[in-house]
Amino acid sequence: MSEITILYGERERSGVSARPVGAQLWLSPADLHLATGWKLETEGLCKGDACVRVDASWLNDAGEIDLAAFATHLGQPVVEDKTHGIWAFGESVNARREALFSHQAPDFSLPDLDGKIHALSDYRGKKVFLHSWGSY
Amino acid sequence: MWQAIYEELRDDGLEIIAVAFDTAGKAAVEAKIRAADIAERPEVLARLMGWSPELWTKQAPPTYPCLIDENHLVGELYGMVNVPQGVWIDEDGRIVRPPESAGTADMAKHMNRETFEIPDEVAEYGMAVRNTYVDALRDWVKNGAASPAVLSSEEVKARMRGPAEGDVLAAVHVRVGRYLFNAGQLDGAKQHLSEASRLCPDKWHYRRQSNMLDADSIGELNGGPEFWAAVDALGDEPYYPVADFSHA
Repeated sequence: MSEITILYGERERSGVSARPVGAQLWLSPADLHLATGWKLETEGLCKGDACVRVDASWLNDAGEIDLAAFATHLGQPVVEDKTHGIWAFGESVNARREALFSHQAPDFSLPDLDGKIHALSDYRGKKVFLHSWGSY
Repeated sequence: MWQAIYEELRDDGLEIIAVAFDTAGKAAVEAKIRAADIAERPEVLARLMGWSPELWTKQAPPTYPCLIDENHLVGELYGMVNVPQGVWIDEDGRIVRPPESAGTADMAKHMNRETFEIPDEVAEYGMAVRNTYVDALRDWVKNGAASPAVLSSEEVKARMRGPAEGDVLAAVHVRVGRYLFNAGQLDGAKQHLSEASRLCPDKWHYRRQSNMLDADSIGELNGGPEFWAAVDALGDEPYYPVADFSHA
């Protein structure tokens, strides 16, 4: 077992007990739930309304789940940084594509300089000129 | 710098939301939002960014929301390839113009690489491009869906840069880079930003960000040799295609 940091979307959890084996990342169901929000139920791995049937190859005899294989099954990109003990998981191409090509502009919530959170959807009912920039 | 336009159009129902893609967050952007920078090199910046001398003198600190996006998330969500880019979203939350250069013209190749100065004819061209863009924005605010600047949903989709595997993977590297940056691991952060840039060579904000994470460069304009080498490598390709209103 080693202690790693898992970045899962906006979630960030360090000190997670995990067993990396090559491209596999084995976690207890409890740690998986804390790090990703996915919970092992009788129907499968569930989060919100979604449940995904567990493939036998993601589950070992010790009851651990291979998060890397599960994420790959969902089409999520996976990055491992061995030097810093980080595993990071993003959104799938399909999820991003559906959001972009749906009839609604993809929503987001971000802080302003004072830390106040603004969501794009707060401005529904107005015309919005969304302007990206960078200091560089 | 959009404050003068905001003041002109907000009573007609326009909201401006500025999103800064900056891994270093507030430290990188605060001075720029709070406007000291405009006074620093006013002539140079007016020629690079202004619409007219009159509007330039009306520049003021923004009162519209200026958001900080340390993960460059909005760039990923919308398939943006540089900053600044603009997206127009109507009252129902539909995209009516997908990401495009927000009135900026392709001037990098004509710039003095020390002072950012540009020749007169390039300055005039740049101002014409910006005014075309802002006039179109004014027309949309006044006329809504009837504005010729509004694109059909088919055209919006056709112009959008949809994500590929390299894009979502690059976004994870940016996320790891930001985590490491916040943890004080600068070298690791730069490696992940560089990897994102390698995976998505057309996303200039990744390249520009990866060059500008050292303590002495945070918040500065990107004029380093890596940036100019990348511009030179474009050859005759445009650095920054101008917004296309030709369908109108």
